[in-house]
Amino acid sequence: MMHDIAVLGGGPAGMAAATEAARRGARVVLLEESAAPGGQVYRAPPTGFVVPADADSRVGDALRAALRQSGAEIRPGCRVWGVGGGPLVPQGMAAAPFRLDALAPDGQSFAVEARALVLCTGTHERIIAFPGWTLPGVLGLAAATILLKAHGVLPGRRVVVAGAGPLLYAVAAKLLKAGAEVAAVVDLAHSREWVRALPALAARPDLLARGVAWRAKLLARGIRVMAGAQVSAAAGGEVLERARVGDTWIDCDALCVGHGLVPATEATRAFRAAHRYAAAEGGWVPVLDADQRCSVPFLYAAGDGAGVRGAAAAPASGRLAALAALHDLGMLPDHAAARAAPARDLARAARAGGAMARMMALRPELVQAIPPETVVCRCEGVTRAEIDAACADGAGDMNQMKQFTRCGMGPCQGRLCGETAAELVAMHCGGRERAGFATGRLPLRPVAMDALLGDFDYADIPVPNAAPI
Amino acid sequence: MFDVAIIGAGVMGCSTALFLARAGMKVVLLDRGAICREASGVNAGTLTMQMTRAALIPYALRAHEMWLRMPEWCNGGHVLATACPGLSVAFTEHEAAMLEERAHFRRQAGAPIELVTPARAQEIEPRLSGGVIAAGHCPIDGFTSAYLTGRAFRPALLNAGVELRENCAVRGIAAGFVLDTLAGEVQAKRIVLAGGVWLQDMAAWLGVTLPIKVLVNQLVVTERMAPVMRTVLGVASGLLSLKQYANGSVLIGGGWQGIGDRVRGGLAVKPESFLGNVRLAAHAVPALREARVLRAWLGLEAETADALPAIGPIPGIEDAWIIGSVHSGYTSGPYLGKLLAQAICGRAPELPLFPIDRLLAQEKAA
Ligand SMILES: Cc1cc2nc3c(=O)[nH]c(=O)nc-3n(C[C@H](O)[C@H](O)[C@H](O)COP(=O)(O)OP(=O)(O)OC[C@H]3O[C@@H](n4cnc5c(N)ncnc54)[C@H](O)[C@@H]3O)c2cc1C
Ligand SMILES: Cc1cc2nc3c(=O)[nH]c(=O)nc-3n(C[C@H](O)[C@H](O)[C@H](O)COP(=O)(O)OP(=O)(O)OC[C@H]3O[C@@H](n4cnc5c(N)ncnc54)[C@H](O)[C@@H]3O)c2cc1C
Repeated sequence: MMHDIAVLGGGPAGMAAATEAARRGARVVLLEESAAPGGQVYRAPPTGFVVPADADSRVGDALRAALRQSGAEIRPGCRVWGVGGGPLVPQGMAAAPFRLDALAPDGQSFAVEARALVLCTGTHERIIAFPGWTLPGVLGLAAATILLKAHGVLPGRRVVVAGAGPLLYAVAAKLLKAGAEVAAVVDLAHSREWVRALPALAARPDLLARGVAWRAKLLARGIRVMAGAQVSAAAGGEVLERARVGDTWIDCDALCVGHGLVPATEATRAFRAAHRYAAAEGGWVPVLDADQRCSVPFLYAAGDGAGVRGAAAAPASGRLAALAALHDLGMLPDHAAARAAPARDLARAARAGGAMARMMALRPELVQAIPPETVVCRCEGVTRAEIDAACADGAGDMNQMKQFTRCGMGPCQGRLCGETAAELVAMHCGGRERAGFATGRLPLRPVAMDALLGDFDYADIPVPNAAPI
Repeated sequence: MFDVAIIGAGVMGCSTALFLARAGMKVVLLDRGAICREASGVNAGTLTMQMTRAALIPYALRAHEMWLRMPEWCNGGHVLATACPGLSVAFTEHEAAMLEERAHFRRQAGAPIELVTPARAQEIEPRLSGGVIAAGHCPIDGFTSAYLTGRAFRPALLNAGVELRENCAVRGIAAGFVLDTLAGEVQAKRIVLAGGVWLQDMAAWLGVTLPIKVLVNQLVVTERMAPVMRTVLGVASGLLSLKQYANGSVLIGGGWQGIGDRVRGGLAVKPESFLGNVRLAAHAVPALREARVLRAWLGLEAETADALPAIGPIPGIEDAWIIGSVHSGYTSGPYLGKLLAQAICGRAPELPLFPIDRLLAQEKAA
């Protein structure tokens, strides 16, 4: 069946986009990798788990309920590995319907087609390499959140939480609540950065109140909060035993570290949409108009994947994208009236979200400080020295650096190392714009061959004509 | 004023430039992008005799040797060239006949290909599918990591005195060989067009009509896996090339076609080609079912009207040369560049070139 609109990603942006479009009568399908829609912040606990309700889970439940009632076809547990159609057709051919290839929970491969595609793929976490960061026991703030939120599992007993942005305090607060000892919170931001962000955060009193509450909780428990500081090394035998901040080593069995969020642009890159580098929004983002339209017709991006602006802004941008898609498909006569409310919501939420995003933006000094022998690409074991050497040998952009070193060719396809590597290349070639980004290719996520192949007969393989002798 | 300007820094342009500079010429090598980032940096790196066109076997055999000894002639630069046996297999009677015929022609051209029984093929490649009914075995085969090609050539070129200008697109050529480039004019006594699928545009700058077909070849790579194979494996039709690298990743190719063109590059896989190619691979080596597919990409390969190379002088234009459109051109590349350099230096090349007079005549007749 041909859908009017396909939505990729079921975080707050995707849920709101699908809800808005389906309510207005469009045939909508939403694909989400997790077992239930929710996304990062409103991640639903797996069935059978009872996680106490909090502000996040209530907003998430409301978005999920609205989605369920909207009439959109919801396909959770579906990992989308392929995007195609649209402009990806032979020269001279009219644009095709968009196509998403996915693996269903039972491992079967299937495809959906739609006239318009809204990408709500969220973010990856940025972790800038430092000595010891690949030790077991070191994990991302996002991974820690998933353990805590979705599984109620503690990453360790004595934990150092380090990095940038509000996630830091959220994770610390959740760790405390779950019974872990928080050895220290090591915040890259100086206190004055938080003070500077206050006016913008005042636009979101709820968020602010929560942030203040988290910090108060930490202080009341006598937790060490180190501002303007960073974990410069992690060490241990087989596993993490301590983390270094300045001249002190702090004993710990887990280090949750994150240096901000990076928009997940694999899909917009695969479609060859125009992108721009926006450090304050997390990195490379698709070029969008005020209604979330990409440079590719009938392709839209919303939520943090379109530029980090936070959970409150995500549904508003999702709705805007859905309304633009409906309008472009000729299914929404009064677009101007319909878009007014979400546009206003977005502007308001984006102010607070933008202040947070700026605090989570990449800090080049962290990259400059990486010692030569530190591994940057853990999939392929490529060190900083090797990346520097490749640049000295003439690699002047990300794609050539990748060819020269294999950095970013492993299972994570640069999701983990890309930011560090790009910053290193940028230092040699004169900026992130010049360094560019690795070409977007399929699959969006590694895909098991067995699931892909299915059952087949040799005779059914459409082998092309033989090459000449 | 340069002695020679070479346009296009793929394997053809790079090797031509290197050998010309070593012969004492003042060489400028220009590319609109970075060195070896088109076909020569994204290809499957197979150094196989069983996919190379029969007419190219003598060249490929010599080039195979060059790749394996690259550090010796390229200032230590290398592409992790690895020698291993090659197998080309048949699953049907029709393919078996094709296999036999093709092995025959290639053997005549000098490739040591012998037909072997399925049992023998399975000795050579233990995880080979039980569905194989015949196989061609060539002890001279192998593969490289083609993504290293630019890195391998670059220092040697600079060392030899080649002036390498990357990100310097050429837009046209005026008489006396004044090249109009993105970074101003470049003057040279001789020119070499080495522009891969863009040779058609380049020939047009000189008023020469040389149609070049664009093949949009697809490649698929898996995550690292435990050793599953040790040969370069193909099928009789040439529509599969399969090998496992030392790091455990398996590269699946064979020239299945994706979406793309000269203007937009290799854009996207076709779902049916993607699936077909990996199914064929898993049919040949069933253990591949356990792998995870990591990435698929596309590159552009050039083909002339008769699918034979365009290498030699450009008729009617003194001191203008062309090199490209070589089937399995990565395999033969370094040797062909060396041959063209010999001809440009006024010496008789060790083996004959592939002048384009035949193609131009054909084009005129049409
Ligand atoms: C760990 C973490 C914790 C956070 N906590 C807070 C917080 O407490 N408060 C706050 O205000 N903000 C928080 N944020 C920020 C907040 O999550 C984002 O602003 C918000 O989730 C953005 O919504 P989104 O819909 O753009 O993306 P996401 O919520 O990230 O949703 C993207 C969805 O797309 C899906 N997806 C992506 N690619 C595919 C694919 N190929 N196939 C199938 N599905 C796919 C993902 O599974 C995911 O569910 C947090 C972020 C992170 C990473
Ligand atoms: C996916 C794929 C797999 C392949 N697998 C194999 C294999 O396994 N074994 C094998 O032997 N062969 C293989 N081939 C074929 C082989 O890669 C090519 O034959 C060979 O690399 C061609 O080299 P080239 O130098 O002629 O062209 P290219 O490498 O394409 O170089 C042409 C250069 O010209 C430059 N250029 C274009 N326009 C301009 C301009 N206006 N100004 C300046 N520069 C310009 C381009 O940027 C480019 O760098 C494969 C090809 C592809 C695409």
